[in-house]
Amino acid sequence: MNKYLTLFLILFIPTKSLALIEVDITRGNLNPLPIAVSPLSIDNESKQNFEKILRKKNIGLEISSVIENNLKISGLFNPLNKDAFLQAPDIANLKPRFEDWNLIKAQALITGKVSFVNEKLRVEFRLWDVLAGKEMMALAFTTVPNNWRRVGHIITDKVYERLTGEKGYFDTRIIYVAEEGPKTKRIKKLAIMDQDGANNKFLTLGNELVLTPRFNPTSQMVTYLSYFRNLPRVYLLDIETGIQEVVGDFPGMTFAPRFSPDGKKIIMSFAKDGNSEIYTMDLENRIVEKITNHPSIDTSPSYSPDGKYICFNSDRSGYQQIYVMKSDGSNVKRISFGKGLYGTPVWSPRGDLIAFTKLHKGKFYIGVMRTDGKGERLLTENFYQEAPSWSPNGRVLIFYRETKTDTKGEGFSAKLWSIDLTGYNERLVNTPTDASDPSWSSLLSN
Amino acid sequence: MKKLIIRNIDQGALMKLNKILKNAFLVTLACLALSACATSKKTTGQMQGDVYTGTDTVEYLASGVPDRVFFATNESVLTTASRETLRKQAAWLRKNSDITIVLEGHADERGTREYNLALGERRANAAKDYLMTYGISSDRISVLSYGKERPVDSGSNPLSWSKNRRSVSVKAN
Repeated sequence: MNKYLTLFLILFIPTKSLALIEVDITRGNLNPLPIAVSPLSIDNESKQNFEKILRKKNIGLEISSVIENNLKISGLFNPLNKDAFLQAPDIANLKPRFEDWNLIKAQALITGKVSFVNEKLRVEFRLWDVLAGKEMMALAFTTVPNNWRRVGHIITDKVYERLTGEKGYFDTRIIYVAEEGPKTKRIKKLAIMDQDGANNKFLTLGNELVLTPRFNPTSQMVTYLSYFRNLPRVYLLDIETGIQEVVGDFPGMTFAPRFSPDGKKIIMSFAKDGNSEIYTMDLENRIVEKITNHPSIDTSPSYSPDGKYICFNSDRSGYQQIYVMKSDGSNVKRISFGKGLYGTPVWSPRGDLIAFTKLHKGKFYIGVMRTDGKGERLLTENFYQEAPSWSPNGRVLIFYRETKTDTKGEGFSAKLWSIDLTGYNERLVNTPTDASDPSWSSLLSN
Repeated sequence: MKKLIIRNIDQGALMKLNKILKNAFLVTLACLALSACATSKKTTGQMQGDVYTGTDTVEYLASGVPDRVFFATNESVLTTASRETLRKQAAWLRKNSDITIVLEGHADERGTREYNLALGERRANAAKDYLMTYGISSDRISVLSYGKERPVDSGSNPLSWSKNRRSVSVKAN
């Protein structure tokens, strides 16, 4: 996919003045920052050219809508209604009349310009501090016209980073399992979409059961479980070429795969004779290593971002709990000691937290704890939910939720949801079908 | 200082209490074993404790040979009824020595997907081990875990879940 992305950074003008606007993302944000996203201006000739290629009447308006929607779902920004804008987009991009934007209570303003240059899409945008009356950032990109949504995502990432001080997560994708059919005969397919739900694509046909897809660090490969020929095995899929291969040659079920942070290994469970152990396989030299050695169930392994530790799920204490060990399998320590059962530990990309699923008194929770098990925080409670996956900046978790069926056993659904680390901003992530097992990619433009 | 002393006394008492409780626990366990759990587990309709005892979903490999056994939540221990079913399956397999089977292990929907895959494998293997002690060769039995992916009952209630916690012997040839 990255092959198609030829993104050139043409101009970069960092401003010297300190930003007056700041967005605090460490707490639940109950007062999202009012921001005006002026439609990106476009000249008539460019407009017509893009309409021919992309079948969009006004691509400038479309890109600004992508930005607006991103800002809205972040929960940190409140994009203002365009009807209230007084200044025309082209003039605003040259020099905003700050009094006008101040009047509608905008604190930040995004303006920009789209043009058709050598068959390519050229976008420049500016971020303005309305109260201070200053330009905060100006950037321009040139790319193939089909990448127009990604331009919107990249602009959002730049704005988010400038205003929060942390990397964004908008130019990303979600791989997940699309579900259809009755609960007893579910048909499952691998599917991929942009973080905002656009560009949904199915990657398998649904002939065999597939589960738990996870991206590699560059988001070009996916490891997942497939029941191809009724042999549940861990597979590797190259998203661009569509080539799939089975991982290793295990005489039994392999499952719960993830990549190591350097992308060179796959860590997974191998079950044999009623005992599941954690193994790694080096993708280059195919060397297999056994990491755990215990007659209990050891599964759901996840590396720390520095690759030195592994958190995993084990019932060696009698019930499902979360453990941490060194990456060679030594120094196994239980870290979950709260009431209930714990599963699906996932190390955060920042390294300081582990997200998990908890079952207590018939309710399921998504929560986080520090890597020593202290500071447990439950973010959301529901009838059934599990499998959190971190946004690449470690600020948002995506997971799936299933509904209770009625007395006739009907009304089942599975959907993706996201929630901020703060416990605020819980949102349904729209998918064309039912969905489960989401995995968030890294930032694609990094 | 006062606090410290009190704590010391408490700890001593606690240790004694622990010992008493431990003994009591062992005695209780022994009682339970003797009475075959009859006193501790309620039989309600189609469940004993939370193990399914009904026949709604059961199919038959041959006349009088049920195809599945059921488990308690999070458990892979075979119940008395399960062992009886498996002995019938073993007898049938001994009589039909050309037949091979797949043991399909399942879990209910009240657990995380990956753990349930492991649990299904453990349940199917519990059944496999038992069949092997009754003389069925391991090369006639393969094991396949579906975790919670293939429930037989789509209900979201304890009875439905009990039907789904199962190991099913399926003829493979």
